[in-house]
Amino acid sequence: MNAELSDDDQLLRVSLGPQHPSTHGVFRMNVVLDGETVVSLKPVFGYLHRNHEKIAEGVTYLSSMPYTDRLDYICPLTNNWAYALTVEKLAGIEVPERAEYVRVILGELTRLINHTAFMGFILGDMGAWGSALMYAFREREKILDLFEDLTGARMMANFMRFGGLRNDLPPGWVEGVRKIVDEYPAFLDEMEKFLVGNEILLARTQDVGALPKETLINGGVTGPMLRAAGVNHDLRKADPYGIYDRFKFRIPLGERGDVYDRLMIRFLEMRESLDILHQALDGLPEGDFIHPKAKIRGFKPPVGEAYARIEGPKGELGFHLISDGKPNPYRYRVRPPSFINLTLLEDMCLGLDLADVVIILGSIDIVLGEVDR
Amino acid sequence: MLLEFLKMPAWLVTLGGLAAAAGTVVGVFLGGFALLSLIERKTLARVQNRIGPNRAGPFGIFQPVADGIKMLTKEDIVPAKAEWLLHLLAPILIVVPSILALGVIPYGREWTPVPLELGLLLFFAVGSVTEVAIFMAGWSSGSKFPMLGAMRAISQLVSYEIPLVASALAVVMISGTLSLPEIVAQQGGWTFGFLPQWNIFSPWGLVGGIVFFIAAIAEANRTPFDLPEGESEIVAGHMTEYSGFKYALFFMGEYLGLFAVSGLFITLFLGGWQAPLPFLEFIPSWIWFFGKLAVLIFFFLWIRATYPRVRIDQLMRFAWLFLIPTSLLVTVAAGLWHVTGRGIVSWVVCLPVVAIPWVIAAVIFNRRLAPATRTYHFAE
Repeated sequence: MNAELSDDDQLLRVSLGPQHPSTHGVFRMNVVLDGETVVSLKPVFGYLHRNHEKIAEGVTYLSSMPYTDRLDYICPLTNNWAYALTVEKLAGIEVPERAEYVRVILGELTRLINHTAFMGFILGDMGAWGSALMYAFREREKILDLFEDLTGARMMANFMRFGGLRNDLPPGWVEGVRKIVDEYPAFLDEMEKFLVGNEILLARTQDVGALPKETLINGGVTGPMLRAAGVNHDLRKADPYGIYDRFKFRIPLGERGDVYDRLMIRFLEMRESLDILHQALDGLPEGDFIHPKAKIRGFKPPVGEAYARIEGPKGELGFHLISDGKPNPYRYRVRPPSFINLTLLEDMCLGLDLADVVIILGSIDIVLGEVDR
Repeated sequence: MLLEFLKMPAWLVTLGGLAAAAGTVVGVFLGGFALLSLIERKTLARVQNRIGPNRAGPFGIFQPVADGIKMLTKEDIVPAKAEWLLHLLAPILIVVPSILALGVIPYGREWTPVPLELGLLLFFAVGSVTEVAIFMAGWSSGSKFPMLGAMRAISQLVSYEIPLVASALAVVMISGTLSLPEIVAQQGGWTFGFLPQWNIFSPWGLVGGIVFFIAAIAEANRTPFDLPEGESEIVAGHMTEYSGFKYALFFMGEYLGLFAVSGLFITLFLGGWQAPLPFLEFIPSWIWFFGKLAVLIFFFLWIRATYPRVRIDQLMRFAWLFLIPTSLLVTVAAGLWHVTGRGIVSWVVCLPVVAIPWVIAAVIFNRRLAPATRTYHFAE
């Protein structure tokens, strides 16, 4: 923004972004500062708009699957899952047992990836210069190796199909997951030891960016951000999809909903994810990885509409599809958690420091690919 | 020919000597700057599980050369709204005082480039020019992030200058001189024949040294006090609008400042060039000085690799509520130390002076004010 420093109000109008080291992509905030205190903050997005929804309306249902990878590119497999789930709901396709288990395993591994990377990114925002990020990426890399074995790509997986999965698990893959799951608690302990007791981190994150529960609910905020404020809302329990009702796990809840709670909730969620992974690996049955009658070519769902949602690592990830019986959807709509969680940014930042804005933005955990689509 | 040359007047000899000393200081520390820029990246990389620069030459030792060539050949951009004269002067004004400050530090026995009587005073006098230079850089860029960085820099550097000078004052009170070689010489000798009599091995010196070290981190703009250039917040602070060699000069000034302030810390508290144990005195004194410097610099790098940054209000509160009162206590303790004869009695008198207020403060305030971890509950 090209605003001048005016003499009458002594306010400084700063455009944070789109080229800024810690806006997590091409996000921009028009901030008005009084000294370093935020007086107003207007988010500006759309720099990464790629016409995702309109493109999807022009191509067949299956052709959109690789595009969903590119929404939240940190966790492509949950995007695949949410889209597959919606089409399955639309067309009434059954998913075999084995595929459901593998989907849960992939979903929880994705949650681990996302939350681990989050730890690194938020420490980077706090100025810890990459150390935490590198430790986090070391672990993320191990899981990405597993994804590569399974799907052929580290990030752009394109793996789920309507009625199951693209291919079966390669030999030795389950053992690989088991090894990761067994080793992960040690990494989490290490990370918690480094981060949680650090006085600078505590001083920086506590009582920063908290909002009342009601505001969060009214704003449509979901995911760890909402649970950090103490609202017990996890779609895996509240609206079970797949086979989540078979697993035993707990939902960690915060109290104040500040940046520290958001960080800690993600730590605790990772431990719960490990529990789910243990159970899923033990229960993984033999069988088909895709429904034998699932139609890959010439797929045409019946006329109708469907909305399905999953608890993505960042919050409620939903797809809304309207079919008019043609091979391509009439309407294709994404409900991205990053975007909707981001809408309350200004309320969280008012009256705080510029340095707080950066960590609050980091604590929302946005990926611009999903915000701008 | 040679005889004629030797018959030059006395002032010319002095001038020649000073020129040689200045050349050596500039040469050694510019080399040190190049080396440190590589060592810093390598150390950070090791801490972070990476390899670090390893493309230019074996183990990346030519990386500084490559960086230098890159910086020199880059376009020098001056923003349209910049005050071009101040914009040009600021990087120079950051480097020059750091080199001047390096000139008064004793690097070894009889190894002070400029053995001034008022060396310590000169050090702090030229050191404060850096603050003006940073503000010049921030203001003259005609841009917002540099302006914010400059405002942060001024408030931070001025606040941390006070504990820095106050803890150095304690050393001056004990030594009775502002001459740095003399301060080092007075830290010679051994208690019980093996314990070095460095200033840090006394109650006031230990606390004063810690205060000085923390303030030195802030003065050198290092993590966790690197707010003036806090990358994730204000891009690069006062350096945002600089490019090419002017940008490199800022880095040079920063590293030279780091050398200078570490050198002063060694001189004031760690016994300068003195050996740590009597039987090690055969090793040349300058090796001890540079050895201590290397350890201290590594400490700076270690802190940089491990800590997040504090916020501006926390930074100021820390300076005004902790460092400055503590540094004043240190001066009181140093006075008592001198009055009571610098022996066992002094330990008994001085230790409570620096310890008791903070024990009380810790008991009363820390429980209430210090941030604590939280426990969480789960929903089934």
